[in-house]
Amino acid sequence: MSDTFTDDGRPALEGRDITAGYGASDALNGVSIEVAPGELVAIVGPNGAGKSTLLRVLGGTLRARRGDVRLFGRALGSYERRALARLVAVVAQESAVAFPFTVMEVVLMGRAPHLGPFRFESRRDLAIAHAALKRFDLLELAGRPLHELSGGERKRVFLARAIAQEPRVLLLDEPTAFLDMKHVSDIFLRFRELCAGHRMAAIATLHDLNAAAAYADRILLMKDGRTVAYGNPESVLSEDNLRHVYETQVYVGRNPATGTIAIFPGRAS
Amino acid sequence: MSAAKFPPHTSAPGVAHEAQAGAEACRDLEALAGAFLTPGRAAVRLAILGAAVVVAAAAGCVFGGVHISLLRALTDPAGTDHAILFDARLPRVLMGIAVGAILASVGAALQALVRNPLAEGGILGISGGGALGAIVAMIVFSQTRFADETVPLAAFAMALGATLAVYRLALVEGQLEPFTLLLVGVIFNAFWGAAIMIVNSVVNFYYAHSILFWLIGSLEAPSYREVAIVSALGLAGFAVLMTRARDMNLLSLGDESAAELGVELHAVRRAIFLATSVMIGAAVSVSGIISFVGLIVPHVLRLAFGADHRLLLPASLLGGAAFMVIADLVARSAIAPAELPVGAITALCGGPFFIYMLRREGRRPLVS
Repeated sequence: MSDTFTDDGRPALEGRDITAGYGASDALNGVSIEVAPGELVAIVGPNGAGKSTLLRVLGGTLRARRGDVRLFGRALGSYERRALARLVAVVAQESAVAFPFTVMEVVLMGRAPHLGPFRFESRRDLAIAHAALKRFDLLELAGRPLHELSGGERKRVFLARAIAQEPRVLLLDEPTAFLDMKHVSDIFLRFRELCAGHRMAAIATLHDLNAAAAYADRILLMKDGRTVAYGNPESVLSEDNLRHVYETQVYVGRNPATGTIAIFPGRAS
Repeated sequence: MSAAKFPPHTSAPGVAHEAQAGAEACRDLEALAGAFLTPGRAAVRLAILGAAVVVAAAAGCVFGGVHISLLRALTDPAGTDHAILFDARLPRVLMGIAVGAILASVGAALQALVRNPLAEGGILGISGGGALGAIVAMIVFSQTRFADETVPLAAFAMALGATLAVYRLALVEGQLEPFTLLLVGVIFNAFWGAAIMIVNSVVNFYYAHSILFWLIGSLEAPSYREVAIVSALGLAGFAVLMTRARDMNLLSLGDESAAELGVELHAVRRAIFLATSVMIGAAVSVSGIISFVGLIVPHVLRLAFGADHRLLLPASLLGGAAFMVIADLVARSAIAPAELPVGAITALCGGPFFIYMLRREGRRPLVS
């Protein structure tokens, strides 16, 4: 992986006071977030809190109305599209492919920002795609057309594609939706490996508060397009905060196996 | 705050490291060989299609209302076989190659553009505009000596005019929006059809046959000069499309994902749309509206060779050429010495095929 950016603990990607939205209304109102190399930051909150909108702004597909997004210290808007794609990979909530591309072909698409228009993939590109397939248990499916796969398998294909992009920053919109329990923990462990091993920065929107508590370094808790709390899991996922945001009773305890905090819906008895 | 939460043994070697893993990975890669397109495989498949074009062209030259001998045609410049080959069959076969290549490669590109396997040149309202231009020019200039030149020119100009109109109307907030493009195209098609019907009902009965020619499409009596012009425009447009082949692959992931992989959406869509418009304009100006070629050929080739546009585009170019030459051979020999319009043959094959596709694809959404 090229190392043109110094890794001095400064944020890889940061958004300051972002206001953005669709049509007349703002879906986001003055939200700030940052992620440093090696970190995994989770965005949580109820439906319609603006999580995916924030991810779109950070990925450059939606322009912020106010506020400032910087990637390695440079304004996000000043990056050319392909240059941006070599640094930031995005896994959308739902993805489908219009034509019968195979799993391997979709994962190889992750190499596109690194290739000229006429080039076929080099041996190195193939090896990178192969490693990404292996990482997400997809080798057996490599030759299958994507539309024959289940939702969870497809999700893993798009995660593998994002990894094949060799990004410095990974943006994930509900990466574990459609996945079974085994794959959820596997995938978070793989993200942690990537964060640690490659100094990759990751931001993920999550519905699963327990996954956020267990795997994230920091959590941004949102409601109605605004920040409710931002910080380490223990301080953000307090009973008071969660009751306020989700408008339901919750009980916060500890996972006896890992010692990380665990959230249970319902009243403490 | 770092990944310290997790024990160090979980930090496995990373992607780049694994990339150099060596012999084991190489073996695994061999096992993946059928899963993606390699230059070698692309070359073999294009060579097969290239051979099919040559065979189709030879058949198109030899067979027809009368069979001729290629040997005699080439060795005896005074004989009738020579005259039939060079005055009638060869220009027609060459025009079939040019028009078929254009229609099929345009179909493949437009399907990528609107992310729908049912798109083709005729659907976007461009060929309809061209046909109307041709019909009006034919009637207006029929008594003058400019008729032969003005008709294709008017068809081409009207096709480009229709392109601009459809393009402007399909812009949503400055971006070419595929779904709107499809709808605008369908509406324009209906509009051109109505305009042609009105022209048809007010003009002299004498023109009815020619109007039918433009509506159904035919390769009757082209000149070498027309063949050269159409081929040049077709190749220029095709060259533009090839520069966007990889972007077409990425477009099938959806707009947002394509953009996130570095595709400049608007620039790519504009290039594809304008290049295909010039190509359709060129084809329609000499052959009228030949339908379904742009639908059938890319679809069959996608089933056979996979969806990668770096192969699908040139494969459609060759496959379309071969298909059109054969269809035209059928059109002019089926009821010889009379002739069917080739567009009727392609539509006859295409209609049932279209239904089959709809039913087959009906099991899952066509546009996802």
